[in-house]
Amino acid sequence: MDGGNRHAPWAKGTSSSSNQLVNEISQQLYDSLQQQTRNSSVLDYDMMIRKQLESIPSSLTQTNFSSEDNNGQRRSQLWDPKTMLSNLSIMEEKIHQLQELVRLIVGTTAKSPLDQPNQLVIQQQQLVTADLTSIIIQLISTAGSLLPLVNHPHFPAAPNEISPIEIAPNEIDHVDNNNNNNNNNSNSNSNNKYVSDSNTTLSNMVSKVEDHSNETDHMDIHEEHDEDVDEGENLPPGSYEILQLEKEEILAPHTHFCVICGKGFKRDANLRMHMRGHGDEYKTPAALAKPHKEMGSEAKLIKRYSCPYVGCKRNKDHKKFQPLKTILCVKNHYKRSHCDKSYTCSRCNTKKFSVIADLKTHEKHCGRDRWLCSCGTTFSRKDKLFGHISLFQGHTPAIPLDESKPGLLQDANNTNIQGSKEVGFFDFHLNSNGSSGSGVGEPSACFSPFQEFPRSLFEESDSLSFLLSGSCNYMWKNGEESSSKDL
Amino acid sequence: MKKQARIQQTQINPFDFLSEEIVFAILDYLNTNPFDRKSFSLVSKSFYAIESRHRRTLKPFPRTTNDHHHHYQLKKVLNRYPFVTHLDLTLCPRITDSSLSYMSNSCGKDLKKIDLSRSRFFTHLGLSNLVSNCGNLVEIDLSNAVHLNDTAAAAVASCRSLERLSLSRCKSVTDIGIGCIAVGCLKLRVLNLKWCLGIGDLGVALIGVKCKEIRSLDLSHLLITRKCLPSLLKLQYLEDLVLEGCCGINDESLVSLKQGWTSLKTLNMSYCEDVTHVGVSSLTSSTGCLQNLNLAYGPLVTLALSESIQKLSKLQSIRLDGCHVTCSGLKGIGNWCVSLKELSLSKCTGVTDDGLSSIVTKHTNLKMLDITCCRKITHSSISNIAKSCGSLVSLKMESCALVPSEAFVLIGQYCHFLQELDLTDNDVDDEGLKSVSRCSELSVLKLGICLNITDDGLIYIGNRCQKLIELDLYRSIGITDKGISAVASGCAALEMINISYCENVTDSSLTSLSNCCKLNTLESRGCPLITSSGLKSIAIRCRQLTKLDIKKCVNVNDSGMIPLARFSHNLRQINLSYSSVTDVGLLYLASLGCLQSLTVLHLEGLTPSGLAAALLGCGGLTKVKLQSSFRTLLQRSVLENLEARGCVIQWRDKVFQAELDPKCWKLQAEDIEEG
Repeated sequence: MDGGNRHAPWAKGTSSSSNQLVNEISQQLYDSLQQQTRNSSVLDYDMMIRKQLESIPSSLTQTNFSSEDNNGQRRSQLWDPKTMLSNLSIMEEKIHQLQELVRLIVGTTAKSPLDQPNQLVIQQQQLVTADLTSIIIQLISTAGSLLPLVNHPHFPAAPNEISPIEIAPNEIDHVDNNNNNNNNNSNSNSNNKYVSDSNTTLSNMVSKVEDHSNETDHMDIHEEHDEDVDEGENLPPGSYEILQLEKEEILAPHTHFCVICGKGFKRDANLRMHMRGHGDEYKTPAALAKPHKEMGSEAKLIKRYSCPYVGCKRNKDHKKFQPLKTILCVKNHYKRSHCDKSYTCSRCNTKKFSVIADLKTHEKHCGRDRWLCSCGTTFSRKDKLFGHISLFQGHTPAIPLDESKPGLLQDANNTNIQGSKEVGFFDFHLNSNGSSGSGVGEPSACFSPFQEFPRSLFEESDSLSFLLSGSCNYMWKNGEESSSKDL
Repeated sequence: MKKQARIQQTQINPFDFLSEEIVFAILDYLNTNPFDRKSFSLVSKSFYAIESRHRRTLKPFPRTTNDHHHHYQLKKVLNRYPFVTHLDLTLCPRITDSSLSYMSNSCGKDLKKIDLSRSRFFTHLGLSNLVSNCGNLVEIDLSNAVHLNDTAAAAVASCRSLERLSLSRCKSVTDIGIGCIAVGCLKLRVLNLKWCLGIGDLGVALIGVKCKEIRSLDLSHLLITRKCLPSLLKLQYLEDLVLEGCCGINDESLVSLKQGWTSLKTLNMSYCEDVTHVGVSSLTSSTGCLQNLNLAYGPLVTLALSESIQKLSKLQSIRLDGCHVTCSGLKGIGNWCVSLKELSLSKCTGVTDDGLSSIVTKHTNLKMLDITCCRKITHSSISNIAKSCGSLVSLKMESCALVPSEAFVLIGQYCHFLQELDLTDNDVDDEGLKSVSRCSELSVLKLGICLNITDDGLIYIGNRCQKLIELDLYRSIGITDKGISAVASGCAALEMINISYCENVTDSSLTSLSNCCKLNTLESRGCPLITSSGLKSIAIRCRQLTKLDIKKCVNVNDSGMIPLARFSHNLRQINLSYSSVTDVGLLYLASLGCLQSLTVLHLEGLTPSGLAAALLGCGGLTKVKLQSSFRTLLQRSVLENLEARGCVIQWRDKVFQAELDPKCWKLQAEDIEEG
């Protein structure tokens, strides 16, 4: 018995449109619930729902991620009104079903006398909560597809994408209230707690989604050279405090740990959200607010970091020690300089990176604008290539393949000339291609002026459909799995 | 009869005793006239064979429009001359990859030089074939190959032996391409990158790093900045650098040259408008060995500039064309310790008698002086020039309007070594010419728009200046047949003459000019008295005629074209506009396969079909100027055919212009100047 199983019929129900079927299924579920819950405890349910909540968002974000990875450069096109519409209509359907369920519960509670155990009511509520959560997740994921667009200032819908996220918790409160109203229950306290708990997780997730957008920003900015930022700074030794993290600490995936339960987080914001679950004292606006930088820097010495790798220039024992500015610098430096480059670019299969952000940066312009040397080394910038060539004997700039193609085209033209003597026309074609620039790598596009779209457009539409199927996949997958288990 | 024939057979050919070495030595002297070699090879079979073996330079001239025939011709000619080392293809506008491959195959390792500057239609494939087959190539000229890209440059780069390369106007070659060449051709000594707009600092800097042997580098009109100059400093043998029109070079960039550039002898920084005396100062402090400096259309010539140039202790030549000069600047130049051999102040504003005199009285060893359009100078300047610079070889003083006729007498009196004298648009008269005729070395004399000269003056020239090669009498309306015949009989070496708009010149002038068998250029625009019979005598006797301009010779008709077509087998360029030539004449001309440039505007008797037939028949055409009304009248296929052959058609839409009175023309020109 797991969350997915329980969740399944509803997901499946989305595919069938007949209300009758929904009613039947919900009835079945209700019955089975009643049977099962007699043996299980509230705590189990609590745990279960938590798990469910945690597992779902991760799978969701993963699908989101994979689509981003594959179509990094087309992120701006992610927002597709059609997808949005289909997602919304699916959600609408779900809400309708939930309504049915709640109505059913109302009906049964009305029928049954008060001596029924409270537990069942709680379970029902939890069931409703779980479903609501799934809807909210759906809502967020839909809204999340808008998030990467924050970077585009000209995008008019930018402010809108925040609102769904803000709505999400409110909605929960609202439903929560509804639940309380529906079930005049003595257990409202505990109920509240669960909801608030799920609320926390949700908010966590929201911030995660937000973080993704931030992350892309971040990657843009720091590129590969953030550790060099402090290159010019010449702090006199002793004017700053040197901290040296251990290797394990540097390589640990999480840097923010909960003092109560020890759970690790990548980001402090996430930790703060998590802390809310540990008690009211963490819920105050002061605790939730970003810790002010000024407060720390006033009193304390400036903090600088040392690399734990002995012999490294960034190690404090080095003669010409150059400290690192931030923990992020330390992490990136350590990974880049002293770790294996385990991330390989999936496009060129040659470039390797130890920092995933570097890989992402590389992937952004991998394949285009690449300056090649005859030795096989590639450069992102032309001056770097020429610096390399002037440094090494015998290395030559290599002519990228797509540049030699126009040459071949010319050959084709010339052979044509010999036959038909139409130099002028072919020259003209060549020029028009050169000026448009899009068709350079595409012989077919060069020669047929009737082809309306360059190939990249097709790729984009591909990616859109992929995205669509990806987002649907999430819903159907759960449905199929559970249905197969059910059967 | 039989007996006679037998005797002839048994007679031994005296030429057979000459060893091949001796014949080779004789052949070495036969360079001036291409016909000499031809007649030499026709002497006997052995001479033919020897000439074929002796020939090193080949300049094939395709007289066919058909690729196949062209290929066949090339094949034949390359078979005949097996030891060719220098292929000059400037007369072949259409060189395809296959013909290039064939040539490279047959010449093989012998080929040292190839000139493709006027050819098109070959690509990087042909070039890479050439380079791989001809491993000893030393010189390649790819100028004007605007269609070549980096791939072609990479093909050239595999030619390790290359020493001289011209890529001027190869606009599609970028830093990548020149980078390949810089790395591949390490022996490069001479490199021309004029107008290669795709090449920037990075490519040029790489040349500085890699091609250590470079002697001469032309970077004209490149968009380079200071960034590449430090690398160029590393070229320790660089002697000749051209930075003409590099607008990215300014005073600031020249500061980086302070480390010293001792090898540099010639520097051209003309049209670098942002360079002032500050930049020149930092330049001169580093280039101590500089001999020739060109600052045309650049800095203001002030005292500060002349003082900064003064540091150049070996300076021999300076060009300040088009600069604004101050009197103190010129006086500063006069105070230099060095003795200049060449000075050009052409079109400089602000040149006065005072300034110029202070220069010429100090730099008495001047050999070449250009004071074209220095309109403020008067008699005193010329008298100073003549009296102090006795060794002048070249004096150009077009349009020095304030110089009176007496001044020219002085030139003849003092400057006996003059070889080149440009008196265009001056007030020189017969007395002046009489004096100038004492310069017996004179080879170039320009007397265009000299309205005061007559036959009497020209007769002096004709009698005394026997070495005259070029004579310009454009719009010198006082000249008639008498003067021209004196020149024609006296100056047998005459190669170029311009008698345009000398309205009184008749056929007898042409008949007398036909004595000058070296004549290659005849410009006789607007001579209404010239007829076809005059042209006939020129055609028959001046076999080296390559350029003929008979525009507005209204009495020249089709019958004039017949002898041209028959005899002028070197005619490359002809202008027939406004003459009475019709389709028939043009069709005759079309049989001249050598014709490359044809201008036919306002020919009344020309029909579209006749023109089309002539154009299609004339296989060597590379440039045709046509009335734009023919654009629609000519069949499209004809135009396409011409274009495919490599012929450029220039459409002109000029309205018919009636001829003005010559004196009125000069007045009009003056009006324009003042306005």
